[in-house]
Amino acid sequence: MSSDVTKENTGGEDHGHDEGNYLQGGGVLGWIFTKDHKRIGLMYLVSILTFFMVGGLLAIGIRMELITPAGDMFSADTYNKMFTLHGALMIFLFIIPSIPASLGNFLLPLQLGAKDVAFPRINLASFYIYVVGAIILLYSIIVGTMDTGWTFYTPYSTETTSAVIPATLGVFVLGFSSIFTGLNFIVTVHKMRAPGLTWNRMPLFIWAIYSTSVIQVLATPVLAITLLLLIVERSLGIGIFDPAMGGDPVLFQHFFWFYSHPAVYIMILPAFGVISEMITCYSRKRIFGYGAIALSSIAIAVISFLVWGHHMFVSGQSELAAMVFSFLTFAVAVPTAIKVFSWVATLYKGSIVLTTGMIYTLQFIFLFTIGGLTGIFLGTLSVDVHLHDTYFVVAHFHYVMMGGTVIAFLGALHHWWPKMTGRMYSEKWGRVASALVFIGFNLTFLSQFILGNRGMPRRYHEYLDRFTFWHQASTVGSKILGIGLFIVLFYLLHSVFKGRKSEQNPWGGVSLEWVTATPPITHNFHGIPTVDAGPYEFPEIDYSAEGEEKE
Amino acid sequence: MESSGFEQLYRIVGFILELLYRLLLGGVAHAVPKGAGGFYRAASEEASRVDTLFNFILWLSVFFFVLIIGAMVYFVIRYRRKTPDQKTSPLHGNKTVEVVWAVVPAVLLVIIFFWGFKDFMDLSVPPRDSIDIRVTGQKWSWTFDYPKDGINTSELVVPVDRPVKLTMSSMDVIHSFYLPAFRVKRDVLPNRYTVIWFHPTAVGEYEVLCAEYCGTAHSKMMATVKVVSEKAYTDWIDSGGGLSGKGMSSAEFGKVLFKAKGCTACHTVDGSKLTGPSMKGIYDKMETMADGKQVKVDDNYLRESLMQPNEKVVKGYQPVMPTYSGRLKEKQTNAIIDYIKSLK
Repeated sequence: MSSDVTKENTGGEDHGHDEGNYLQGGGVLGWIFTKDHKRIGLMYLVSILTFFMVGGLLAIGIRMELITPAGDMFSADTYNKMFTLHGALMIFLFIIPSIPASLGNFLLPLQLGAKDVAFPRINLASFYIYVVGAIILLYSIIVGTMDTGWTFYTPYSTETTSAVIPATLGVFVLGFSSIFTGLNFIVTVHKMRAPGLTWNRMPLFIWAIYSTSVIQVLATPVLAITLLLLIVERSLGIGIFDPAMGGDPVLFQHFFWFYSHPAVYIMILPAFGVISEMITCYSRKRIFGYGAIALSSIAIAVISFLVWGHHMFVSGQSELAAMVFSFLTFAVAVPTAIKVFSWVATLYKGSIVLTTGMIYTLQFIFLFTIGGLTGIFLGTLSVDVHLHDTYFVVAHFHYVMMGGTVIAFLGALHHWWPKMTGRMYSEKWGRVASALVFIGFNLTFLSQFILGNRGMPRRYHEYLDRFTFWHQASTVGSKILGIGLFIVLFYLLHSVFKGRKSEQNPWGGVSLEWVTATPPITHNFHGIPTVDAGPYEFPEIDYSAEGEEKE
Repeated sequence: MESSGFEQLYRIVGFILELLYRLLLGGVAHAVPKGAGGFYRAASEEASRVDTLFNFILWLSVFFFVLIIGAMVYFVIRYRRKTPDQKTSPLHGNKTVEVVWAVVPAVLLVIIFFWGFKDFMDLSVPPRDSIDIRVTGQKWSWTFDYPKDGINTSELVVPVDRPVKLTMSSMDVIHSFYLPAFRVKRDVLPNRYTVIWFHPTAVGEYEVLCAEYCGTAHSKMMATVKVVSEKAYTDWIDSGGGLSGKGMSSAEFGKVLFKAKGCTACHTVDGSKLTGPSMKGIYDKMETMADGKQVKVDDNYLRESLMQPNEKVVKGYQPVMPTYSGRLKEKQTNAIIDYIKSLK
C-alpha cells in the first residue's frame, strides 16, 4: 500500500526537526483540551484500563466469595452489588469503548492517511461525556448501592429501593459518547481516506470499526429510550414495565436486548479487526478471503439486530418467536465460522513469528472458537432451556468477550504499543504473562461450563455442596489470570519509563500508520500520503511462486 | 488468606495437579452422583433427550475444534520464520475452499436447529393427562397448590411415570423455575401464567432452583421435588399433603410449617440475622420499630406480622416480607405462633 509514499510527504524518521511527536509539549492543559485523536485515544486508553483493573479486582472478590458454598465472606447484598458493579463496569465503561475508543481513535486517521478524525471537537466532547457518564454510574452503584445486575430487569429494577435512576442516567449519558464516536468514525471513513485508498484497499481494522460504528449509531438510541422509559416509570409512576401499574416486564427485556445483543457485536467486531491486522503482519501474508471477511462483518452487523430474542427462550415469549430467533442465531454462526477459517488459512505458507502480539492472536483463535462453538448449544432451543441463566452462559460470554475481545485487545496493545509510546515492552515478560493469562483464563471458565451443565444458576451468593470442586477450580484460575494481567500492567508501565526506544517500524507493517514516524508527529503525516495497493502487500510475498498477480 | 506467597503458589500448583488427576484418571465420576457421567443425573424423559442433543453438539464441536486448532498449530510450527527474509505465498483466497467451509457448517447448523426446535416444541406442549399443579413464586420461596385436593405446600410431591404440568405465576418480581435433574426451566412472571411440564422417570428427591436474579436471598430460593411411587403419592394426598398436623402438638406442627412455608429463607431460630430477624427468644420481647415506636411481641403482633407483615417493621430491616394472608389456615397460623413461643 505504501510503495509510493515517500519521505517527502510523510512523517518519516528524518523529519523530526521541524515538529516534535504528538506526546511532546502543551503541558497538562495541552492534554485536557487536546483535539488530537491520538491524545484522546491515549486518554481513553488510560481510563478504560483503570476501569478494567477495578472490574477485574471485583471479579477476584466474587470468586473469593465462591470458594466455599456458604456465603461467608461478603453479605448477600454486598455480593449482589459486587457482581452488578463488575458487570456494569466491564460492559459500559470497559469493553464497549475498549478497542474502538482507544485504538480506534488512535489508528483510524493514521490508517486512512488523514490528519485527524472528521470532527475533532466532537471527539473530545465524546471523551468528556464518557467521563461524566462514568462518574454518574460509579456514584449510583457505590453510593446508591445499585443491585439489579447490569441488565436492570423489571419489575425488580422498578421496585428495588436502590439507585436505579442515577445508574440508568449514567448509562444513558455513556450512550451519547458511543453515538458521537460512531458518527465521527463513519464520516471519517467516508470522507477522509487518502488518495488511492479505495474501499477494497482499506485495512480490515477500518472495516471492523466502520461496522461497529454503524451498529453503535443505530442501536444505542434504543437503549437510551428504554432507560428513559424506566426512569419515567420509577419517577412518575407511569406503568410501562411494572405489572403492578399495568405494564409488561417482558417488554423491557425485548427493548433491552434489542440494544444489548447488537452491543455484543459492538464489543467483538473491533477484535476481529485487530486480529486480521496482526495475523497478516506476523505471518507476512495477505489475508485469506479479504472480501469474505469484510462482508461477513457487515452480515454480522445486520443479522445482529434480529436475534435479540435468543436471550428470552424461557421468558414466556411465543414458541414461534423463539423458533425464528433461534434460526437467525444460527445464521450469525456461519459468517463467524468463515472468519475463523480464513484466519487459520492466512497462516498457510507464511513466515510466522511468535511475538507477544502474535501469541495473543493465536490465543484469540483458540478461545474464540470455544466461545463460538458453545454458542451453538445456547442457540439450540431445547438445550438452552436447560442452560439458560446458568454458569454455562457465564462461561460462554466470558470466552467470547474476554477470551475474544480482551485477548485481542491485549494483543493489539502490544502490537501498537511501540507506535503509541515509542517504546518497546519486554518480549520475555510478555510471553510469561501471556502463558499465565491463557492457563488462568481456561481454568476459570472451562470449570464454569461444567458447573453450568450441572445446573449451577448465575448470580448465586451461595451454592449447593455438589458444585464446590469446580467453583474452587474456577477461583484458582481467576487468581492465575489476575497475576498474569498484573504482570502485563507492570512491564508495560515499566517500558514507558525505562523501555528501549522503538524503531520506526518494529514489526515491518505496511499499512499507513507504520509509514509515519514512531511515535507519530502531531499532524500524522507531512503532506498527504497516497496509496496504490491493497493493505497487506508485504515485501516477503513471492509473486513468482504460484503465478498470482499483485492486486 | 494469611499464608505466605510461596505457600499460596504451592497450593495453586497442587490444586492444578489434583484437577488434572481428577480429569484424566479419576474422571469426574466420584464428584458426581452415580450413573451421571459428565452430566447431572437425568430423572425425566426430556432430560435424556436434551442430553442426547447436548452430546451430539459437543462431539461435533470437539471435532471442529480439533480441526481448526490442529491446523493452526501445524501451520505455526511448519511455517515458523527460519530466516528473516523467508518468502511467503501470495495466496489470498480460494473459491472452492471458501464455499465448502460456508456450506458444510450451514448444513450442520440447520440440522441442529431443527432437532432443538422439535424437542423444544415437545417441551412446550404438556400431555392432556398431566397432573395439574399451581406454582407461586415470591421473594424467596416457592409454594405449590394442588387445586383438586386442596393442598398447599412448599414441597412438590409428584408420582413417578406420570406427566406433571405446572402453571406458574409470581407475586412480586420475575423468578425462574428451574429443575436441573429434569433439564427444564421457565420464567415465572407477575402478570401472566407460564407453563412447564415434565415426565419424571426415577423415584428420588430433586432440587428446584430459582434461575432469575430476584434480590438478596435469590440463592436461597430453593425447594424440593419428591418423586414418589403411585401409592406413596395417593397416601400423601390423603394425608392432606403432610401438613394436616395430625398427631402433632401445635408447636411441633408449627415447626413443620415454619420450614414448609419458606420462613427459614429469611428467619433463623438460632439468633443469627438473615434478611429478617431471628425468632429465637423473640416472644414477649419489646422491639423498636422502624418509626421508633416500641412494640411488645405478643400473639397479636405475630399474627399481624404474618398477615400484614409490612405494617410494623422492626428497626434495621427492610419491609420486604410477603403476606401469608390466605396462605395459612387458622390452625396453621396458631401452630406457627405456638412454635415461635416455644423458641426460648
